[in-house]
Amino acid sequence: MDEALDDFRATTRAWLAANCPPEMRDAAQDEDAICWGGRNWTFASEAQRLWLERMAVKGWTVPTWPEAYGGAGLNRAQDKVLTEEMQAIGARLPLQSFGIWMLGPALLHFGTDAQKREYLPPIARGEVRWCQGYSEPGAGSDLASVQTRAEVDGDMYVVNGQKVWTSYADKADWIFALVRTDRNAPKHKGISFILIDMTTPGVTTRPIRLISGQSPFCETFFDDVRTPRAQRVGDENRGWDVAKYLLNHEREMISGGGGVLGDRSLGAVLAEMDGELDATLRAEAIDCEIDTLAMALTLERYKDQAETTEIGDASAMLKYAGTELNKRRHELVMKAKGSDALAWEGGEAEGWLRTKANSIEGGTSEVMLSIISRRVLGLPG
Amino acid sequence: MSLLPTEDEVMLAGAARGFLDRAAPVTHLRGLRDAGATHNAALWSEMAAMGWAGVLVPEAQGGSDMGHAAAGVLAREMGKTLAASPFLSTAVIAATALRQVSNDRSAKALAEIAAGRLTYALAVDEGPKHNPHATRLEAVAEGNGFRLHGRKSFVVDGGTADRALVLARTDNGLTLFDLPLDRDGITSVPKAMIDSRDAADLDFGDVIVTGDDVLGRVDDAMAVLRPALHAGQAALAAEMTGLTAGAFGMTVAYLQERKQFGVPIGAFQALQHRAAHLWSETEITASAVLNAGRILDSGEDATLAVSLGKARATKTAELAVQEGVQIHGGIGMSDAHDMGFFMKRARVSAEWLGDYSYHAETIARLRGF
Ligand SMILES: Cc1cc2nc3c(=O)[nH]c(=O)nc-3n(C[C@H](O)[C@H](O)[C@H](O)COP(=O)(O)OP(=O)(O)OC[C@H]3O[C@@H](n4cnc5c(N)ncnc54)[C@H](O)[C@@H]3O)c2cc1C
Repeated sequence: MDEALDDFRATTRAWLAANCPPEMRDAAQDEDAICWGGRNWTFASEAQRLWLERMAVKGWTVPTWPEAYGGAGLNRAQDKVLTEEMQAIGARLPLQSFGIWMLGPALLHFGTDAQKREYLPPIARGEVRWCQGYSEPGAGSDLASVQTRAEVDGDMYVVNGQKVWTSYADKADWIFALVRTDRNAPKHKGISFILIDMTTPGVTTRPIRLISGQSPFCETFFDDVRTPRAQRVGDENRGWDVAKYLLNHEREMISGGGGVLGDRSLGAVLAEMDGELDATLRAEAIDCEIDTLAMALTLERYKDQAETTEIGDASAMLKYAGTELNKRRHELVMKAKGSDALAWEGGEAEGWLRTKANSIEGGTSEVMLSIISRRVLGLPG
Repeated sequence: MSLLPTEDEVMLAGAARGFLDRAAPVTHLRGLRDAGATHNAALWSEMAAMGWAGVLVPEAQGGSDMGHAAAGVLAREMGKTLAASPFLSTAVIAATALRQVSNDRSAKALAEIAAGRLTYALAVDEGPKHNPHATRLEAVAEGNGFRLHGRKSFVVDGGTADRALVLARTDNGLTLFDLPLDRDGITSVPKAMIDSRDAADLDFGDVIVTGDDVLGRVDDAMAVLRPALHAGQAALAAEMTGLTAGAFGMTVAYLQERKQFGVPIGAFQALQHRAAHLWSETEITASAVLNAGRILDSGEDATLAVSLGKARATKTAELAVQEGVQIHGGIGMSDAHDMGFFMKRARVSAEWLGDYSYHAETIARLRGF
């Protein structure tokens, strides 16, 4: 077993050494360095294109997915080795996307075989980019009160309504959306989970500018959008199960933090940035470093566990603790750099402002705490 | 390396829980306290019979040699009901120190430890904070031995142990001595501690020792003491996660059963969120503490992992007992309720073998601050 793993490590290392373009070996990930893929994607460089292509052929954009759907079928131990070997040479992720983090796991669990074959390989190859149509103006934390409705017309749904805070809706090719298919049922029992091509007539998007200056999220409107009923995932009116399952995966993903700080020591980051630390700030930074190290171990522990048991509602803990920690780290960077971080150039301020959304998107910290208290601890309410 | 418990560890924890619920529930500690005692020799004999005293003793000396992660499993279970025993001082700290030295004397001592016939205390600190390097107790060379003079404080199990590992300053560094506590010139002054456990001040008034009493090499105490401290810190951190789980379990139960304003107090979101935050902290700390045991067993340098475990365990235990008392309201302040025992043990174990700041500074040094 261990010998096989050692072999896997050796071949992986050799393959990465031969195939990872030198330009793709700086783990520092600013937003522009990330490859999101999709029909309209323009590669930032030939190296970025080549790296995606090579990794996709290996199935290593989605290493743990089955080979039939574009993955490499790696087990957790192999996946860890791949991650370690990539980190060892500073290799960037070849592709990041909502398809990988959110829709993929949900389709693998709830999709029909035909749906898996149709939608998963293009995600793995970075050919189709997805966005998430959950939130609405009246349905945020109370997500189950979504009002966007889908009415049955033969083989088709006719969709009308509005989504909001749809990240990258203006860049995405497809959207997975929560729609109401039964207005008379209790709110959780009348929702369906459907897939809509963004080029379908009647779909429009309008970008919303963020406090961090970028505008990666949008309002998304549906006006008599006709979409096949076959593009529903899971049973009609049982979409809440799919939605929740997907949210758990989304929460695990968001808890990883990352951003400009990544896995590096906060002490090293601050030293590199010429940050000045007086005693109070230093103490705060050390506390934060301790919690970061412990959180990283916790993520690993939960991933190990996920190999045999779904993490389920405990993902709320990862999301809550991981995002609150990420906010603390960025607060410290701002304080350590002082006025040097106050201009937009350099990117610290942008990163810092963006982290404020971490504890809102994917379910707020308060909602996470409520999930833990009710579903994990079994408190009333 | 996985942080998930192995099948053996799950079984060990289950067996330990079964035994401790019967033989050492919190009422056991309460009973000892009310009787003015800190130890129960019969309990330790039973633990030894199950292989706990020899958890870190090689099989050649009759130990079960299960390793540091397993020692952590046992310590955690003991922590859940605050079981008082010489486990940490003797089976973890002294056994690890003795293992660093391969001679007949060490082998014999290890065998006696495993059999439950010999207990140890660790006499390192002299001031209010853990700091081995601040040792002032002198060992002045004399003939082919030394004359020891000075004081040790907060010597855990120093009132009842048979022997002590004593850290002393010698000509060119620090030296660790392995001494019987009834040696002429050693006076033990037991203290009535808030956690109802054994701790004493030791006074060394010109104690004559020989070269044979040195554990390891003269002027090189840390070669033996560092691994022993790491083992103790990791196991103590594990005990603290057990203590945290014990206090948290009572708190969650109380949130469900106590009614005010016509509803269980656990229906109030202000309390729900505090409980949920606390649970999150316990999960994160659990990872750090499990990791410390795993790294110790791997033989890699465990300094960072151990300090991370002890720092996190300390902080989380503090939170758990503070929230524990607050959420219990008035009854949390009454001696009749067990929460106070948890709070007091948390405070003592926070200080023992290095508090949060001590370990935070170690981490800071290793992480480039
Ligand atoms: C950067 C960013 C990207 C996003 N991307 C997407 C996306 O791609 N797709 C998508 O569908 N959505 C997206 N969202 C939306 C996000 O999921 C919602 O903002 C979030 O669920 C909160 O909803 P809300 O904004 O309506 O806040 P509200 O629900 O109105 O919450 C306001 C405040 O009330 C608190 N609150 C609400 N209910 C309770 C309660 N029961 N108990 C205690 N406190 C409560 C909240 O915690 C919060 O502090 C994104 C959001 C951001 C900021």
